[in-house]
Parts: sequence; C-alpha cells; structure tokens
Amino acid sequence: MKRAGIPTEEFIYSGHTACPGCGAMLVARYLLKVLGKNTIMNIPACCFAAIPGTFPDTCLGIPLLYNAFETTAATASGIEAALKIKGKKEKITVVGFAGDGGTADIGIQALSGAIERGHEIMYVCYDNEAYMNTGMQTSSLTPMGATTTTNPVGKHGGWKTRKKKNMMEIVAAHNIPYAATVNPSYPMDFIKKIEKAKSIKGPSYIHAYSVCPTGWRYQPEIGLEIGRLATETGIFPLYEFENDTYTINYKKKTKQVIEYYKLQGRFRHLPEDFVKEVQRVIDKEWQRLQDKEECSHR
Amino acid sequence: MVKKIMTGDIAAAWGARLSKAEVIAAYPITPQTIIVEKIAQFISDGELKAEYLHMESEHSAMAACIAASHTGARTFTATSSQGLVLMHELLHWASGARIPVVMANVNRALAPPWNVWVEHTDMMSQRDTGWVQFYAESNQEVLDTIIMSYKLCEDKEIQLPVMVGLDAFYLSHTSEIVDIPDQDSVDKFLPQYTPMYPLDIEDPLSIGSLSMPHQWYSEFRYKIQEAMDRVIPKLNQIEEDFYNEFGRRYTGPLELYNTDGAEVVLIVSGAAAGTIKETVDIFRKKGIKVGLIRLRMFRPFPSEELNKALSKASFVGVIDRSFSFGHEGAIFSELKASLYGAKHSPLIKNFILGIGGRDITIDTISRVYDNCFNCLKNNKIDNPVEWVDIKV
Repeated sequence: MKRAGIPTEEFIYSGHTACPGCGAMLVARYLLKVLGKNTIMNIPACCFAAIPGTFPDTCLGIPLLYNAFETTAATASGIEAALKIKGKKEKITVVGFAGDGGTADIGIQALSGAIERGHEIMYVCYDNEAYMNTGMQTSSLTPMGATTTTNPVGKHGGWKTRKKKNMMEIVAAHNIPYAATVNPSYPMDFIKKIEKAKSIKGPSYIHAYSVCPTGWRYQPEIGLEIGRLATETGIFPLYEFENDTYTINYKKKTKQVIEYYKLQGRFRHLPEDFVKEVQRVIDKEWQRLQDKEECSHR
Repeated sequence: MVKKIMTGDIAAAWGARLSKAEVIAAYPITPQTIIVEKIAQFISDGELKAEYLHMESEHSAMAACIAASHTGARTFTATSSQGLVLMHELLHWASGARIPVVMANVNRALAPPWNVWVEHTDMMSQRDTGWVQFYAESNQEVLDTIIMSYKLCEDKEIQLPVMVGLDAFYLSHTSEIVDIPDQDSVDKFLPQYTPMYPLDIEDPLSIGSLSMPHQWYSEFRYKIQEAMDRVIPKLNQIEEDFYNEFGRRYTGPLELYNTDGAEVVLIVSGAAAGTIKETVDIFRKKGIKVGLIRLRMFRPFPSEELNKALSKASFVGVIDRSFSFGHEGAIFSELKASLYGAKHSPLIKNFILGIGGRDITIDTISRVYDNCFNCLKNNKIDNPVEWVDIKV
C-alpha cells in the first residue's frame, strides 16, 4: 500500500551511523525518495559525510561523490557540465547536499558562483545551525541566543548574540529560479517543493530545517515537535521564492519563541530579556517576509 | 600538419583543443589569460565541443574539473602563481581521487611584492601533491606535452593528474613557430577517456568516503606512489608512440645537451635552457667541456636517470629558479639526495637565478660556468648556495 504522496522506495538503507533522531537523515531520506534513482549527489565535509559508511561500504542507493568542504556547489557544477557534454543531463538530477557551515560560511563563494552560472543543479542546505560534525562550533547560521562550544556561556555571557544569515535572501538576490525552505515536520510540503525544484531548468536552492538532538540538547523523540514549533513560532517560516515572487506556505504564526527555546538545552542559559529581544527580531522578520510576499505579488 | 606562429599560451590552448577536452573550468590570472580566452574562442567558433565554466576562483575551478572527470569528461584547466597555490588543497584532492586532470601552469612568482614574471616556486611548492610535473622549454613542447599528458594520466596504470609548466612571458607571451598536429592523428594517438569508476546511476558507488587508520587509507596512499613509479617507463613508451605518429622526439624526463665528456654540467628546468644551450655552444667552440641537463620532469623525480647522466661529470651546477626558504633550491636538494651513495659523486653547487623574472643571459651563465671551473680547480665549493647577482 502506498502512503498518500510519500514515495515508498528508500535510497538510504539501514546500517548508517547517524545519531538517533538525526534531522539530516530525515531530510536526506525525503529528498532521495522524491529525486529517485536517477540522481547523483555530492557532499562536503559535514555530519552526512560520516553517515553513509566507511570505504568501501555505503548505505546509499545512488552514486555519491565526496568533495572538499568549500566546493559543494563547484563540484555539482562540474558533474552537471560533464553530464551535459556527455548528453546525459536530461535524465539525471545533480544535487549538492551540505550543512550550514559548508553552505553559509566556507562554501558560500562556490554557491554564489554556481547560481550565477545557472547550472541545472539542486543545492540542499541541511541547517542544523552549527558545525555539528566537529562538535557544535558556531556557524553563521547558529541562531541568536544559542550556546555552542565556541560560544560557551560564562560569567560574562558568551552565547551568540547576532542574528543568523538569511540564506534565502542571499540566493534570491542571485535571481535564482527557485528557492524554498522545507521542514521534515511538514513532509507533504517538503515533498511538493523537492518535486518542484527537480523540475526547474536551472539552479534551485532548498534550505532544510534539520534538528540535532545531540547539539541542541533535547530528547530525540521530540524532534518533530520541535520542528513544528520552529515553523509555528515563525523562527523557521515555510516559504518559496519563485520567479521573483515570495509565497508563504504556512501562515499560522501562533506560538511564542519561548515555547521553542525552553525545550532546548542550547538556549537554557538565556535571561528573559534576551528571549524577548529574540521575539522582537522574529516578529520583525516575519512581518518583513509577509511584506515581501505582498509586494512581490502586487 | 600545419605550422603557425604562436605564443606558449596559444600553444597550450591548442593542446587542450587537439586533446578534445570536454570540460574546461578556469579562472583568469596573468599571464595565463590567453590560454583560457583562446579556448573560449575555440568553443564559441564551434572548433571545440566543450563546456566552458566561468568559475569564481581557481579553487572552485579545480573542484569542478575533479567532479567532471569523475563523471566521465576529459577536463582541462590553466592557472598560474597565486591561482595555483590557492588550488593547493584540491591538488592533493585530485591525486588522492586518482583523477586525470591536465593543467597548464604558467610559472610565475608569488606575491608580495607583486610580480607577474617567471619563477618556478609556484609549482615547486606543489611537489608533494601527487601531480606529475613537466617544465617546458618551447611552445612546441607545451602543445605536445599536453597531448602526451592526457595519454599518460588516463592510462589505467597511472591515473594521476599532470601539470605542464610554461615560463611566464618567455613562453606564455613569446611567439615561436609551432607545428599543429592533425586532429585525425591526435585522435588515433589519444583515444576517448573512459574512467574506471565513474559516477553512474546504474552502478551507484560512494566515491571518496571515510577510511580509518586500520582500514585502507595507507594503501590508497601507497598505490599513488606505485603509480608514480610507473610514470617514467610509461612516458618513455608514450614518447616513442608520439615520435612514430608525429615525428618529434622527446627524451623522457631529461634532455641531455652536450653532456658527453663534459667536465662541468649545469642542470636547469624551463625556458632558460635555451640561453644555456647557446652558452654551451660558445664554450664548446673554445674547447671548454661544458654540458647541460634540462630537467623536463620534476615529479616523479628522475633520480636514476640523473645519476646515470652525471656518472662522468666532475662538477654539477644546479640552477634553481625557485627557493625553499630555510634551506636551498628544490632541484639542488633532490639531486643531492639522489646522488647519496652513488658510485660516482661529483662536486655540486646551487645557483639561485632568475627569481621574479630577472633575465638569465649568456653573460650570467658564462659567469656561472666560470665559477664552477674555479671551484673545480680549487677542489672547494666557495658558497654552496649562491644567489647570483643579488644587489644586497
């Protein structure tokens, strides 16, 4: 029996080494279910580089190329160009799959170049909001208020006080044909967007919310609940950028930031005032996103 | 075969064109630009069927070449100096991945201070990256070496990347007559590239995954060296095939010029060999027994061939157009190590010359030979590592 809308075929088999409750694993599973067999994937140094297995084992049912940390988008570009010259591009999806550090920090130059060149590649950033594979160091996508091993909390504060980079805005500024945020807590929305990205003639960017029980410090079984809260609070809004227009896919911002923050050890040190400041920033960002949606549809 | 007057950069572009490179990913840098401009023109004119990727850095250019090669395309790139050293991480990656990328590198000095003229430090400092390294003397050699490099690096027993060095301006921007081989003959000489382990949706491999200390990492590294050991014999065979097809003979990792009966032999790499050959002729006319060994290949280092070629020389002057700070010239170090324990061990001195593009003239070389003879006469090296004509 086929579950409505979710392909039953698996391309990630058992035996992988992801932590229990790993969000990246769920992101990759849904992603590959939609992309299917005719997919070539490349990944940099990141959690997922350690997950499929050591040479010569693999738990993936598609060809996978490991690449240097900052080269995910350049590597996907090279694969795409070779497929094109060999006349094989039509039937194959090329997907670069990188973490937040590999995307927003060290890999951002290559990503910018690849989008500008217009390669027919899909770039998926699974955002677990820190360098989790190396033990939770701060990245430019670590959220306001989080503590990490390089933002340790001490007598004088120490948690990250800056906002995270807005990767969706950065790729939108490249006039990318399609970009979307996805969250595995909303699988049908997730699948619909990957299907759309797959059909795009040109580059597409997917920013995937990716929970990390190990680094965020919560019990693995509440991962999907945390994911839903991320969207319900407006911290991780679900939206698309397509043909220069923004579309918000989930508009019910019904929860407060504190409800999301209080479940995770990485925010536990925060004074009430700081959480209020985060709430103010999130409210403003949400308003801006609604304004952008309204303006772009005008 | 057509003869044309062309610069070294144009010759490199012709090498890529005749080899039918399918993916060219590159980033511009003086004095390499003409190579990539010419390739782009070939593609625009429909003379080369290839994908040209306007990369945003040399680092990404090499990453794209590696990926394209894994996917089954023949790849080419070109760079110089800062661009080459920016690629450093990916140079290790290419050899680790056993990827047959061919790259032209216009040998240029490194900043600061800014300097766009010839020096070999850019390539010498990539010596441990697992790339085969050639240094050309002429534009013809640039073109021919690129074609031969594909045959070498795509060989199932080699599977290693190759860089072909050409001296900034002396070759890159200087015009010479170059024979352009027929495309049909090149096609016959160089069959299509078929990777051993491509990214293939019908046979999904994970390529480049983790290998722990007790697993296979050491063995992967060991096999790179095994392949390096096969390079020189394979090159000799390829050059023989090349001679049979195109009528031009190359002589393996070394070119010997008047070394028979030579008391003093200089060793050099790159285009300065032309000037030294002139000087050798002048000295020989006077009955002075001098010779030259041109080092065409620095990696793998041709120790055996050098030992053999130097078996009768009394004095060896090693010219390095690069420097390893804290020590000495790179060729000098390697040669001394090669001669350790040899039956015949000549006196040996290092001359640091032509740094940052400073001209190497017949006068310079004459003084170098004179200095060698003086040392030989006194049976004493005055200064083991001499920076020639340094003003401070």
